[in-house]
Amino acid sequence: MPNADHLGLKWAAADLKARFPQIVDRPSLDHPALNVPAVDVPAFLKVLKEEAGFDMLADLTAIDWAEGASPRFTVVYHLYSTARHDYVRVAANCPDDSAPAVPSVTALWPGANWHEREAYDMFGIRFEGHPDLRRILMWDGYPHHPLRKEFPLAGIETELPDADIAAETGAKVKPAPVMGGPFVASTGRINLTDAEPGAKDESWTERNEKP
Amino acid sequence: MVSANTDLTYNSKIEGDVVVSRADAVINWIRTNSMWPMPMGLACCAIELMAVAASRFDISRFGAEVMRFSPRQSDVMIVSGTVTYKMATAVRRIYDQMAAPKWVIAMGACASTGGMYRSYAVLQGVDRILPVDVYISGCPPRPEALLDAVIKLQEKVKREPSARRLFSA
Repeated sequence: MPNADHLGLKWAAADLKARFPQIVDRPSLDHPALNVPAVDVPAFLKVLKEEAGFDMLADLTAIDWAEGASPRFTVVYHLYSTARHDYVRVAANCPDDSAPAVPSVTALWPGANWHEREAYDMFGIRFEGHPDLRRILMWDGYPHHPLRKEFPLAGIETELPDADIAAETGAKVKPAPVMGGPFVASTGRINLTDAEPGAKDESWTERNEKP
Repeated sequence: MVSANTDLTYNSKIEGDVVVSRADAVINWIRTNSMWPMPMGLACCAIELMAVAASRFDISRFGAEVMRFSPRQSDVMIVSGTVTYKMATAVRRIYDQMAAPKWVIAMGACASTGGMYRSYAVLQGVDRILPVDVYISGCPPRPEALLDAVIKLQEKVKREPSARRLFSA
């Protein structure tokens, strides 16, 4: 299992661990990975960027482990060195499970701006110091964070973004359960028409008549 | 003596070239043969919509080649693609800005029913917010299918009581 010590690279030397004793290796199947406390993320990533040559933020994403788990939310940074062509993964657990927050890294990489907005939109993780922390995919005022574990894939009934359109059309955001489709293919001794991927249970559309 | 009563009816030598018809027929003839589409291109169906407008399929054979990106100048909105809830209000607002008479074609599985996107983010059929005239199946539909929809819509418009609507409004 690769870790920071196995790399044999200068940046992974004891020097770095001496400066950041709170950092521990993280189990990883591919690239070296490190667990960092949330408060140390900007300082540590700044060292990785400016001294260790990891100049590119390849990805910024988040994990929701489970409802009730602690720590519940983890923010994951993938850094890439365009000179040495190697990666390092840095993970930071959010200290608060109910109101997760980590410091923003937009000061280091301007490209982190939209990544952090998406993580905020989908998981509800606040990025402290972000210049413009708004939703990026769902609309402003949407009450849920869709990639959280408690959010059903079908969705939750809510109002449309604009009240006047909702009043005019009577339309709402309605849950759309998969109901055996559309990508669930059937197997066994059935004819080809039944084997087509499609909603096997169409009672959902029957129940909710369209206006 | 029985005379040919041409003088009592229409005499082209006196009155010139006049065609007698019904108001509905004339109005619908004008409307059907120059439908200006509002290309509501939201996803991959819009690529097929572009193909329909290009030379190989050539929607101008049916008088609908004038794609207008202003709803004020459009007659038929072609909703081609996945309508998310976030976009749905914009689609409806653009539809409201179109001048009557106006029609809607729901192009493809997504615009018709939500298609494969049975999820929290996608409107399950644009007919939840718009009155759709013609649905097209396919994911995406062939360009010929859109041409077929235009012809179907023309046939539908030809049956409309346009004069009654026009003069009663």
